Amino acid sequence: MAFPRSDVAPHASGVPAQQVPVDSAPAAPVTVKIVVAGGFAVGKTTFIGSISDIEPLSTEAAMTEHSVGVDDAGGVTDRKTSTTVAMDFGRIALPGNLWLYLFGTPGQDRFHFMWDDLVTGAIGAVVLVDTERLESCFDAVDYFEARQIPFVLAVNCFDGVAKHSLDDVRAALAVRDEVPVFYTDARNRAATKQALITVVQLAMARLQA
Amino acid sequence: MPADSKDTEGARSFDHDLYGEDAVEDARVVRPYALTRGRTRPGRTDLPMEALVRSVPGASDPVGTSERRRLLELTGERILSVAELSAHLSLPLGVVRVVVGDLADEGLVVVHTGSSSTAAPATNLKVLESVLNGISSL
Repeated sequence: MAFPRSDVAPHASGVPAQQVPVDSAPAAPVTVKIVVAGGFAVGKTTFIGSISDIEPLSTEAAMTEHSVGVDDAGGVTDRKTSTTVAMDFGRIALPGNLWLYLFGTPGQDRFHFMWDDLVTGAIGAVVLVDTERLESCFDAVDYFEARQIPFVLAVNCFDGVAKHSLDDVRAALAVRDEVPVFYTDARNRAATKQALITVVQLAMARLQA
Repeated sequence: MPADSKDTEGARSFDHDLYGEDAVEDARVVRPYALTRGRTRPGRTDLPMEALVRSVPGASDPVGTSERRRLLELTGERILSVAELSAHLSLPLGVVRVVVGDLADEGLVVVHTGSSSTAAPATNLKVLESVLNGISSL
């Protein structure tokens, strides 16, 4: 990465690099992130909100930089839905001056170009699964498998009811044995916490392998 | 600059929208390219959306567009990620990246892009251990 990874302020042109402003503020937190994926309305934002220190925020990525000359080519343009991609995210401060960011993927398939941006540097991913609409998570599973990004399948139980066995979900999605599959409740902080722990453990196992 | 003139052409093709049926609704819309002078990327490379930004104490901004001013205000109060700046300023990520890139080039903000080690946090076992312990203690 060409962007400086140090805590040194990039210097203005003509100013020697040694004369950067002295940063007297407390040390910046180390940031890590976990991606939360899954189909539209599967509970990604609820999951993030159940544990985030901050109310989940929404950021938008304008499609203009990717689609100038594309969206407007077809005549009728629904600008409100076609020009922005919303991503919800939250933040958790952890001991040791660590900030964990949870980024939700944009729900619609056609925003996959955003995913590369999202997953760069991520520890891993939680794929939220709605067994009523199993196919809605296929894309996420394919994506993370193809890029060898550690991911877990968290089957969201709406109303606390498990409608399918975990074995059935695993078989239906044909994921490798190493991929953890478990029930979760996106509204429940303890369940969310456990899901995140499982991702980090998987990422560590991958590193140690 | 050739690249800029090309962007200007692209921008011009949108102008007719302002006089179309959506003119009233769009009257207050400022297109992202207008805030970034047609650029879609920061000069060097993409900033991670979790990169943290803090303004340099006492930094005075010679340009002073409202986006730059608001960004400097926000990051003067506390350190914030590119993603949070995008949300708080209601600006697309791409725009925030360009503006932050400019401010960093001018020495007005400091950008922190992760751990101090050379390895990315995601591949650093020590960091992962800290994250695991941290989440477990929540």
